[in-house]
Amino acid sequence: MTAITLDRPVPALGGFTLTYLRLELVRKIRNPRGLFFTVAFPVLMFFIVGYQLLDTPLTDTPIAAGGVSVAAYIMVSMAMYGAMMSATQTGASVAAERAQGWTRQLRLTPLNPLVNVAVKTIAGMMFGLVAIIATYLVAMIAGVELSAVQWIVSGLAAWLLAGAVFTTLGLMVGYMVPGENVAQITSLVVVLLAFLGGLFFPLSNMPDFLQTIGRLTPVYGIGELARSPLTGEGFDLGALINAVVWLAVFVAGTVYFFRRDTRRS
Amino acid sequence: MTSSTTRPPAAIDARGVVKSFGSVHAVRGVDLTVQPGEIVAFLGPNGAGKTTTIDMILGLTNADAGSIEVFGHTPRGAVARGLISAVLQTGGLLKDITVRETVELTASLFAERRPVDEALERAGILELANRRVGLCSGGEQQRLRFAMALVSDPALLILDEPTTGMDVEARRSFWSAIRADAARGRTVMFATHYLEEADEYADRIVLMSRGSIVADGTTAEIKNLVSGRVVQLTLPNADLTALSAVPGVDSVETAGDRVTVHTRDSDGLARHLLTTTEARDLEITAQNLESVFLALTTEPAASIDAPTHLAASVDAPLNGAAR
Repeated sequence: MTAITLDRPVPALGGFTLTYLRLELVRKIRNPRGLFFTVAFPVLMFFIVGYQLLDTPLTDTPIAAGGVSVAAYIMVSMAMYGAMMSATQTGASVAAERAQGWTRQLRLTPLNPLVNVAVKTIAGMMFGLVAIIATYLVAMIAGVELSAVQWIVSGLAAWLLAGAVFTTLGLMVGYMVPGENVAQITSLVVVLLAFLGGLFFPLSNMPDFLQTIGRLTPVYGIGELARSPLTGEGFDLGALINAVVWLAVFVAGTVYFFRRDTRRS
Repeated sequence: MTSSTTRPPAAIDARGVVKSFGSVHAVRGVDLTVQPGEIVAFLGPNGAGKTTTIDMILGLTNADAGSIEVFGHTPRGAVARGLISAVLQTGGLLKDITVRETVELTASLFAERRPVDEALERAGILELANRRVGLCSGGEQQRLRFAMALVSDPALLILDEPTTGMDVEARRSFWSAIRADAARGRTVMFATHYLEEADEYADRIVLMSRGSIVADGTTAEIKNLVSGRVVQLTLPNADLTALSAVPGVDSVETAGDRVTVHTRDSDGLARHLLTTTEARDLEITAQNLESVFLALTTEPAASIDAPTHLAASVDAPLNGAAR
């Protein structure tokens, strides 16, 4: 065997490797519960809620005249729900791995802590995209009709907006309360927010006070933005403000609790 | 470092290192130099500051004052280059991936590394490679941590109570692997509470107590620190005051007719006993590491005169040994 050398390089990109990303994806595939809630659940919910509304027009334009169905609205919402769930798990897994001591083990390697979060974020975003594509494909086969621009813009908007707002929400909670049960808690919170924010049925069907609350949740803004390509009426300023403010709050919270956490160790 | 005129940098060069947690002074000014290729045992009771010192050498914790260099780099710089790695008791593992995947992942994070199977084989877990980590026993997980530490081919390996939970045979094969490694120039520093491990496998022992290094030298030097030997004899109605007055005697204890004397001059004591008293069945033994350990690390108030004398003699032989 050769002698031990002392002159060694530092790895590039803060230790980012495709091996790590691949293993993160493998871990997600091996987790049946996570797979169900991010990919299977949105598809299932589209069938239960959306399928029967294929012929119900969303706007004043009848479907025969090229109008969009309520089923399409449900499709975007459900796809978004999958992307939200996947994004939230990123933060939850950071919290769990900290509690298990894995993060400490990783600090014996060149891996930069921010690169670690980046790898998990990318893996979470990839699964979010899988959830959206799966829901859209099934809906397309079931008979939802949209223009090419509507398919692509609503899909991309749902993916990126859910990814940005809910990855940061998950990370903030993950750094705030370390523990292995953060995943269950945040999943519950996301389900509740999805209901209140009009993801499972439109806010207009709810009592007035719930509508007011619903408009303030972090799901409402991004949901309205992602669905706006369907109606062709654009989105209201309130939705945009909602999305921007919540994203800012979660980013600031993540930075604050991340710093508090690294100081403590 | 590349210049041929300068000596290679020390594996560890710590100077005046201080660390407090609130009002707890965990480490109170540690100076420690470890040369490449040394096998150093790091001994001390719980709360002595061993783990905090190890954490600072690894860059997991920052020192409040003082400096630490590892092969001429900052601790984090040495970690980033794969020059230092460790088997820590606190390090967690991912339960949902396999043993081989864990080592693959670790290897991928370093710029230079050994083959994954080689690390698995040297840690003795090649046959477990496809097992999920969550299904491995505590001892198997400890060997997995060892494989993870080996895969970057570190020049300095730090082990925090590495053989806890291993049986005698596993412990023996573990240490022979460590020995073979050190022969290639790998520096090893291990914390342990098995005194016989320190005695048997280390070239050098560093003893820590209450945040300071209280002894540092070869095993033989450390044993000599607690002045000399233990003399045991049978003497009915022994005059303890007279025995205590014999030059060199540190302490006298009796159990029935059997008397145990700690002395720095066993020859003088034996001469005195055999010529002026009725003492018989005389036995003279060297101090074992355990009694040294106890003498050097117990609270001063709890022991007799010995520690005061020790505190004065500790520094002299040590500084020489540390260089």
